[in-house]
Amino acid sequence: MALLEVENLSIAFGGVKAVQNVSFAVDPGIVYSVIGPNGAGKTTLFNLITGVYTPSEGEIRLDGQSIAGTAPHELALRGMARTFQNLQICMNMSALENVMVGAHLQLDRNLIKAMLRFPALARRDDQLRDEARGLMRFVGLDAYCNLGANSMPYGALKRLEIARALAAKPRILFLDEPAAGLNSKETAEIDELVQKVAESGITVVLVEHDMKMVMNISDRILVLDYGKKLTEGTAQEVRENPDVIAAYLGSTV
Amino acid sequence: MKMISRHKPLLILAGVLLLLPLVLPNNFYYDIAIRMAINAIIVLGLNLLIGFAGQISLGHAGFVGIGAYASAILPTHFGWHPLLAMTAGAAVASVIAAIVARPIFRLKGHYLAMATLGLGIIIAIVIKNEATYTGGPDGMAVPALGIGGFTINGEKQWYWVLAGLLLFSFWASKNLIDSPFGRALRALHGSEVASQVMGVDIVRYKVAIFILSAFFASLMGSVTAHYIGFVTPNIADFFHSIELVTMVVVGGMASIYGSLIGAVLLTALPQALSTFEGWETVVFGSILIFCMIFMPRGLVPTLAERFGGRGEDK
Repeated sequence: MALLEVENLSIAFGGVKAVQNVSFAVDPGIVYSVIGPNGAGKTTLFNLITGVYTPSEGEIRLDGQSIAGTAPHELALRGMARTFQNLQICMNMSALENVMVGAHLQLDRNLIKAMLRFPALARRDDQLRDEARGLMRFVGLDAYCNLGANSMPYGALKRLEIARALAAKPRILFLDEPAAGLNSKETAEIDELVQKVAESGITVVLVEHDMKMVMNISDRILVLDYGKKLTEGTAQEVRENPDVIAAYLGSTV
Repeated sequence: MKMISRHKPLLILAGVLLLLPLVLPNNFYYDIAIRMAINAIIVLGLNLLIGFAGQISLGHAGFVGIGAYASAILPTHFGWHPLLAMTAGAAVASVIAAIVARPIFRLKGHYLAMATLGLGIIIAIVIKNEATYTGGPDGMAVPALGIGGFTINGEKQWYWVLAGLLLFSFWASKNLIDSPFGRALRALHGSEVASQVMGVDIVRYKVAIFILSAFFASLMGSVTAHYIGFVTPNIADFFHSIELVTMVVVGGMASIYGSLIGAVLLTALPQALSTFEGWETVVFGSILIFCMIFMPRGLVPTLAERFGGRGEDK
């Protein structure tokens, strides 16, 4: 059974139909990419699935259960995590603490126990600190562990978002343009990182403009244009589809 | 070693509080120290809300007022034990905070400021108008705080009570900030959408910290009432709310040490400026303006950054 199923999903902002009748399914353990020209509705699609927006119409199912309109913090509980195209890093915290926030749901969040610093809570926090360091190393940010997030360069923050999402131990991870604004060397590193994540068994749904990266790592690709599904298939199928070429380069007519 | 370095700030504060009586020449100075401690404890709670969670409250004196009047009214009119009255006051303040918090925290920025301002003003008006119980604008006397056969009496005894309470609040605030709860609180300040996606129920956290700060404000209202032995509606009024927010801002938002410094400075300043006879408000205002222009993030974060290390407090 597919891990994630999207059926006839639509949302309209006033008169603008940002996503129209989009359907697709993501099998567990694969890298699924969503591509399309700017303004095609890729990020909106992510916002719909991760609960940031409520769909006007359509159905979203995770493990066969409907999740359309569920609040983001409840989706996190079901194993969903994401990163953001425009960075959403907590600049008022250290890099390591940002990663630790990712593990929020695995921790004892009791207020009284926290104030009185119950030993079990303190021990778990120390343990988490080590785990978070491990994740920072995994994404290649060991050098930034003790820094404030506000003193990190852009490329590092992109990876910090991934580390934070991984701290949640998700089953399905949505990456919204992880390589946007990065140079080719950094993009190659992100490429490698996404593959490492996928190999660890996490289902990855990726929005990305870097075609080399997308064609390289995707098991399946969904192409959106003007909010509608243009086509869906393997990298090979998508590359050879004349509609896709037309959408990106303009039709020859 | 790790234990010692972790508790170093707490030990330093304990040391200061222990040694302070050696240099306090008379009861007048004890009185100022006690007021500083009372303000510091309220400001620690308020800073969790304003500085760390990034939510504003312009009505916190209302909660101080609830505690103060609970300690005045319940023992006087109904014969309650002062400790029970204090607890009841804090409970009422918490319940009111809980009831208004959910609708209030749907608001942001200016609207949130207005809503909390309104809440504080309503509490102040109720206290002023219910003269049968509260004595109206003239205020009322508060019985002494006795525990068992022992009654807390005089500045010196109150000093030690407040030193203990301040140490506890300082320790608890530091613990809270460095816990899963505290991180969630700071995270929702940093990015609401990111913290939601990570599983933080942001409304729940905003409500919880609002209740907690109201609870401590109310307790300190009760302590103030018992210490002074008299309450007037001024304790709940708008100016007191602003004074508390000013302590947070001048000391430093999202800084535990800033809360202490802000409370100490702004409690001492009016006393130090009393020689200006009639012009003290002008000088006081000028100092605040100067602080905000040159240190907009507050004293402690600005100075901490200038003299090495991170401005962030942890």
